[in-house]
Amino acid sequence: MHSHLVILVVFSALVATVFAMLLRDTTRQRLSFGVLAFAAFVVSTLVIGWLTNPFPR
Amino acid sequence: MPHDEAFATARDPARAVTASLLAWVWPGLGHVYLRRRGKALILMGAILALFVLGIFMNARLELHTGLEDPLALLFSVAQMGIGAPYFLARGLGFEAGVVTSPTYEYGNTFTAVGGLLNILVILDALDTARGRKP
Repeated sequence: MHSHLVILVVFSALVATVFAMLLRDTTRQRLSFGVLAFAAFVVSTLVIGWLTNPFPR
Repeated sequence: MPHDEAFATARDPARAVTASLLAWVWPGLGHVYLRRRGKALILMGAILALFVLGIFMNARLELHTGLEDPLALLFSVAQMGIGAPYFLARGLGFEAGVVTSPTYEYGNTFTAVGGLLNILVILDALDTARGRKP
């Protein structure tokens, strides 16, 4: 697993799953929270990565 | 469960301590003890997947106990949060890691986050055993 993007997606999915199970009580709430947390992880990482691209050091 | 029985169970400190200890020993085991098997299975799968992927990404599981390097100590505590899998992996010879591997830092992050998430799972088991959560 040497792709940064694949690692980001796997990490985000696993962490979002745990957060959803701990922070919400019904299946429906867990699903929507998990999808939202996953999207937030991936999108925020890509945005921050893009913003910091001009500053490599 | 009738209200009186639920109240008595929630006030049983031995049950809360047992659930917390089991949750630390193996991710999800505390919830199995509390009869939340579905939740336990998902938590166990996700946290163990993080840890095992971290190991295969060449993470280091070095044990720091002194205060001369506080950040390394905190990192060790974070990794140890996952309980038996940490000691099992060390026993199987995965403690050194491969610092030259391109995925070394990712592996460290995966294993430490797995341990930290398991600490949250321990607290969740404690709250469930005390009747604060369904």
